[in-house]
Formats: sequence, structure tokens, C-alpha cells
Amino acid sequence: MQSVIRIILQRLALGLLTLFVVSIVIFTAVNMLPGDFAEAILGQGATPEAVASIRRDLGLDQPPITRYFQWLGGALQGDLGNSFAQANFASFAGADTGVSTTVAQQIAPRFENTMFLAAVTAFIAVPVSLTLGILAALFRNSVFDRATNVTTLTSISSPEFFLAYVLILFLAVLNPVLPSLSNIFDGMSFGERLEKTLLPALTLTLVVTAHMMRMTRAAIINLLASPYIEMARLKGMSPMRVIVKHALPNALAPIINVIALNLAYLITGVVVVEVVFVYPGIGQLFVDSVKIRDIPVVQACCLIFAAAYILLNLLADILSILSNPRLRHPK
Amino acid sequence: MSRLVEIRDLWIEGRSDETWSPIINGVSLSLDQGEVLGLIGESGAGKSTLGLAAMGFTRDGVRISKGAVEFDGIDLISASAAKKRELLGKRIAYVAQSAAASFNPAHKLIDQHTEGPVQHGVMSRAESVEDAIELYRRLRLPNPEEIGFRYPHQVSGGQLQRAMTAMAMSCRPDLIIFDEPTTALDVTTQIEVLASIRDIVDQFNTAAIYITHDLAVVAQMADKIKVLLKGDEVEEADTRTMLSQPKEDYTKSLWAVRAFERPQKPAVHTSATPVVSVQNVSAAYGKIPVLHDVSFDIHEGRTVAVVGESGSGKSTTARCITGLLPPTQGVIQFDGQSLPASYKQRNKDQLRQAQMIYQMADTALNPRKTIGEIIGRPVQFYMGLTGKQKRRRVEELLEEIELPAAEYLNRLPSELSGGQKQRIGIARALAAEPKFIICDEVTSALDQLVAEGILKLLARLQDDLKLSYMFITHDLATVKAIADEVVVMKEGEVVEQGPKREMFIPPHHPYTDLLLSSVPEMDPDWLTNLLDERGVDNIGDAAVDKMS
Repeated sequence: MQSVIRIILQRLALGLLTLFVVSIVIFTAVNMLPGDFAEAILGQGATPEAVASIRRDLGLDQPPITRYFQWLGGALQGDLGNSFAQANFASFAGADTGVSTTVAQQIAPRFENTMFLAAVTAFIAVPVSLTLGILAALFRNSVFDRATNVTTLTSISSPEFFLAYVLILFLAVLNPVLPSLSNIFDGMSFGERLEKTLLPALTLTLVVTAHMMRMTRAAIINLLASPYIEMARLKGMSPMRVIVKHALPNALAPIINVIALNLAYLITGVVVVEVVFVYPGIGQLFVDSVKIRDIPVVQACCLIFAAAYILLNLLADILSILSNPRLRHPK
Repeated sequence: MSRLVEIRDLWIEGRSDETWSPIINGVSLSLDQGEVLGLIGESGAGKSTLGLAAMGFTRDGVRISKGAVEFDGIDLISASAAKKRELLGKRIAYVAQSAAASFNPAHKLIDQHTEGPVQHGVMSRAESVEDAIELYRRLRLPNPEEIGFRYPHQVSGGQLQRAMTAMAMSCRPDLIIFDEPTTALDVTTQIEVLASIRDIVDQFNTAAIYITHDLAVVAQMADKIKVLLKGDEVEEADTRTMLSQPKEDYTKSLWAVRAFERPQKPAVHTSATPVVSVQNVSAAYGKIPVLHDVSFDIHEGRTVAVVGESGSGKSTTARCITGLLPPTQGVIQFDGQSLPASYKQRNKDQLRQAQMIYQMADTALNPRKTIGEIIGRPVQFYMGLTGKQKRRRVEELLEEIELPAAEYLNRLPSELSGGQKQRIGIARALAAEPKFIICDEVTSALDQLVAEGILKLLARLQDDLKLSYMFITHDLATVKAIADEVVVMKEGEVVEQGPKREMFIPPHHPYTDLLLSSVPEMDPDWLTNLLDERGVDNIGDAAVDKMS
């Protein structure tokens, strides 16, 4: 058990290091974008004085390295800075009201929505993929197996917006069982939220199922030639029991990794689906912020995405380790 | 009364690519309650296929094309999958060759043990746990109350093999198929497993089919023996008759293998410089010391056999000599000159002089290279030959190992048999024209007849080329056949060394004694006598005592 804790701590340290490297990459990349917030907001007719003034206000006149460390220092203390777009430019106009929105305030509700959508999707997609994968392995090369493969492959190969519109057509237009707009807001009950989130969640389920289901199937089939599987068969165990009890526990590591990868995708890569359903998630916020060069928000979003990837993969590593009795119970 | 197992004129085929080729050709066998049949033959003879067929089971890509398999009057060929599942595990059980691979790594032993009885509705889990502990006790496993609650990787190979026998017994089947259950074990461990299996089969009057390639083992276990060759039955007789009066030539040739023995060579002059001299070598993997002060000499044209159980440091010594593992202390001398510790600091000539042949010829040959390329590489690298000269040299080498060059030059390793692959391994070592070759368990993966061919080839090459061998093995029959001197290792130390003649005459070190007395002999009473000698009840303890 001690060795397991050591491995986990090592991975955690590596994760932090990765996050640090990612923060540099993000900062550099964002700084390489042509134009900046001052130019973007003031438009074509901006006078050089006005641009310089806003830059000074926002600290954009500082050298990049200074800005990076200011930002990093703030981020380490939980302060992601103030959003440019929501900042009050009264000072520039000569009448400072002292009110501005922090990045944290802006991102928090959006992030919550994104996590909600990801959770609902995972709640549907993971059990469905596992079940389909196990059944496909059990009835491998049967009609069921082929049909499952074709269906999931078709859904993963189709563009997300197309799947979204197909679902809207069938579940909102032809049979109006679900709302086609997912405009959720504060103060909604859980039930309402769930109802509004269901359609985007189903779309995303179609997107992520194929990968997880195929990995489950492959990981199990990969083990079916093992002597211990033959042994289970020779003990007269039923095919279902052989797969679920004898193959699956040994196939967990690769499956867990693929699930983690797909969950990370659900947090970071669902902009298209958010746009189609007008779902107020973090993806839309991110794209909007890039458009107007709202650098603090862009950086914070990138950092959150990176952290989500790293944390989920870390979690997958830990679970894989725990699924291996050799590591859980050393000699 | 019908017999317990009745196989009549059974034909089995296996699919390779698109065609079906025969594996078993019209074999019949029958077995009564409590009877033990030994099934013997080389690899590829179809022993396992036949054993599994007796359970009504065929592996993927294998089919029964003709014949009948009946178990207690039930036709297993026409029986439904569900009907067969009812019998498997409950009335017919299987003990696999490698218990380490055949226990599911994800579950505790006890959970795997009780699965059969619970699923077949024979016992409740609690009853089965209790019964398991009793079986573990009868099989003389240490800590019977506790050992079942471990995971497979926490239990040693010999203990796992006994736990698997216990698992096979869990539903008190009428028939158990033992598929080479001791092949992967050290001789000292093998005895304990053999004794345990024999006792428990006796106690419950279970019928068994005991599959092995080791005649001496089958002689201890079986009431009658059937010999298979390439899917054909050679002959069947009761054990004593089969051992004393084998009828067929093939059987006689199997029996004769153990007779191969090179005469002891005269002692070397004490003043002669040894080809290889291992002097006070200690080595460690990381911080864990594995070799302690190992010293021995190997003289020109001599074979030094290094024997010991797995984990005794035999292969580690070889790694030190070749420089793969630089020793922490001591030196390796070659022709009186000290060699740099690591192979990286040795020059080409020093590397050329010491070559290796590996246990698994399968994995030691690059599967994507032709035989010509595999042997040609060291010819070019060490001897600097290219073009026609290189080709001629490769052909010579193939001739040397008794494979016709024209036929084999362009083949891939996968197109060769196990014995032929090992010959290629020898040719590759010879290509460097070394003075010294390390043979690491080169015959352990081979059938006895094939192994004998390899040993004879090595012996001839030694005489022709004045080669020195370090022969790593755990098989004392091989030692008897080929060694001039013997080094016995245990837990990283040399416990005894000397000329072969002396090694096989007492008195010797108690550990050597244990090793020697554990080698099965063809006498069917050998195991019984040995157990009497050591004291039946504490055979496992006796082995442990002597080792500590």
C-alpha cells in the first residue's frame, strides 16, 4: 500500500509540473494572438492615446514576463484576475465607480453548468458503453456485435451538430418530449435543469460511447485467450460469468483510461453542442473571450481545461493501480 | 457397468490458415473409476488436445471430426453447451500446466476455489471454504487456514500448483485431467506436488489422465501409460510392463534418452590457465545482493555445469561473465586477463570470445529475419566477411549444425521446429568463432529426444572446436549427460563444486543431496521409497529443513 501512495504522490507532483508548463504555453500562445483587448474594444477609429490608456489601465504595457509572474502569483493565491470585458472603464472616462467583475465570478456559474452537463452525460454514457462493450464481447462476431459496432462508429463519425439536429428533430420537433433549448439559469429546480440538459447530454453520449464501448470490447476479448479464462470455462462457468467475473476485472485499466479521456473531453471540448443548444457552458465563454481578447478569462479557461485533463488522467492512473491486485497487495 | 471414460476412434483437426490439419488420428482410450492413465509424448503429439477432448472441450480453431467421447455414459460430443457446463468443474476437473497463469490474478485463491462448488450448487460458500482449508491441509500447504485468502501472485509456484489441485478437487470430481502440472517447477518442488497429487487422487478414488513428457514422472503417477506420437497412438500398457518391455521402437527410443552420458574427461593440469575464471564475484540488482563471492574456473574443451533451483543465481552469474551486469566485487578473467566489468568497455575481440545460447530459442531469434541474416550478422560483425565469403561461411555453419543450407537459408524462424531454432541459436554463437559459450537452459524447453540431439551436437562441437561451455541447467540428467565439472549454487552462493564423477558419489553437501535425490527415476517405486526415506508426513518440511 505504501508503494501505491508513493506512486500517487509522484503522479500528483508530475501533474503540478505539467500544469506549470501548460501555464507558460497558454500565456505565450495568448500573447502571440494578433491584436489585444484595447484594440479589439476600441475598434478601427481608436486614437493611440485611448489605446495606450486602456493598456496602462489593464497593465498591458508591462513586459510579458512581469505580467506572467503577476498572473501566476495571483492564480496560485486563487485570484485569476479581473475580466477585461466586464471591467469598468469609468476611470478612463474619468468617473471610477470601483466596480468590476473578477474572472472567478464570471467563470464559476458557467463551469458549474459544464460540470452538470458532463456529469449527466457520464451518468448515461459510461454504464451504456460498459454494458454494450461487455455484451459485444460476449456475443462477439454476432449480428448484435456488428450492429453495435456500426451504430457507435456511425455516431462517432458524424459531426456533433448533425447528431444534435437529428436528436432535436426526433425528440423536440416530431415528438416534443424534450426542450430543444437548454437555456438554464440560477434558481431552476434540479428537475428542470435535468430536463433542459437531457438533449445535449444525449448528443454527447452518442459522441463518446463508441470509444468507450470499443475499448471495453477489445480489452475483454484480448484476455479471452488467457489460461485463466480457459480455466474458468473448464470449471463449467457460464459465458456471461466468465466475461464479467474473470475477464472484466483484468481489463479495467485500459477501460478506465479511455473513460477518463472521454470525461475530459466532455469538460473541455463541447463548444459545438453548447452553441447548438444555447447551453451556457464554459466552452461558449471561452470562445467569446478569445474573440475579444479577454486575456484573463482565456487564460483561466485554458488552465481549468488543462487541470481537468491532468486530474482525470491522474484519477484514471490511480484507479488503474487500485484495480491491479499486485500493486494493491504486494507480496 | 459402463466405463467412466470411453473415447473411441477419435479424430481431431486444427485449423491453420484456411486448411484443417489432423492433430489426433483415431485414438481410443478408456478409464475406470479411480484409474490413472499417463499420456506421454513429445510436444505436438496432441496430448493436451486429447486430454481436453476427454472433457468434451476443444480450443478455438480445433474441432472433433469423428469419433465418440463418452463420460459415464453421456455423449460429450453431442451434449449441449449447458449440459457440458454442468459436468465441467463438478464431475470433470482440470489442472493446468502453469498454475501461475491459470489462476485469475484479480481474485483470491479461496474465491476461485469456492466458485465451482457454489455455482454448481454442491456446497455453500462457507462449507466450501471449510473444505478448501481441509484440502489445503491434506495437500500439505503451509498455513492452510490462511493461504487461500491470498492473491495468486502472493503464493509460490509449487504452492499454487497444489492450490490448483485442491481447486480441481473442490467438487470431488470423478475425473481430473492433469496437464503437465509439474513441468514448470524445480525438482525439489516437483516432488512435493507429485506426492500431494498422488495422495489425494488415491484418497478420493478419483480417476485421472496425467499428461506429461517426463517418463520418470509418469512412472510414479500412472497405473497405465499410453504413448502418443504426432497424434497417433504408439502403444498402451500398464506402467510396469511399459517400462520393462516397451514394444515399439519409438517407445524404446524415448526410454533410451536418459542413457546418453559422456565419459568423464581426465583432470586438467593444475598449472593450465583456465579459459574463464570467475573470481570472488558478488553482484546485486539495485540494492538487493544476489551473488555472494562466487568463484569457479572453466578450462579449455571442458563443460562446467552450473546447477541450482530457480533464483539460485545461475543466470546472474552468466550476466556477470558477459558483462551485462557488472559485478559489485571480484573479477572475471579470460585466458588469464582481467575483463572490464561492463560489456560496454570490452573490445570487439573480448566480446567475440564469449557467446551465449538462450533457453527460449523462440524469443532469442528475430522473427522478421531469415536464418541466413540471423547467422550472417555476427559473421559480418565479428569476422568482417561480406558478400560471397559471408554466404559461404553461413552455409558452413549450417552444415556444422546439421541443417542443409540450401533448404534453410531463406526461411524465417517461425518456419522451424523448436529443436531447429535452438540449432540456429548455436550456429549464431559459433559464427563469432568463440572459445567459450554460455548455454543457459538450452534444452529445458525441448522434448527429450530433441534435447538429446542438441546435447550430442554440443558435445561434438566441443570436441571439434575445443570449445569451453558453461552449462546452466536445473536438470541433473543433463548434467550427467554432458558435464565435466559441476558447480552447485543456492541462494547466490556456490555450495559445492568438483568433477562430475565426485558429484554423483556421496557424501555431498546436503543441498546437493536434496537436488540429486529429487530427480525422478524411471523406477515406479521411486517416489514411494523416497517418501518413506524422507518421512511421508513431513516431506515438505524435510525439503525446507534441508534448504535452510
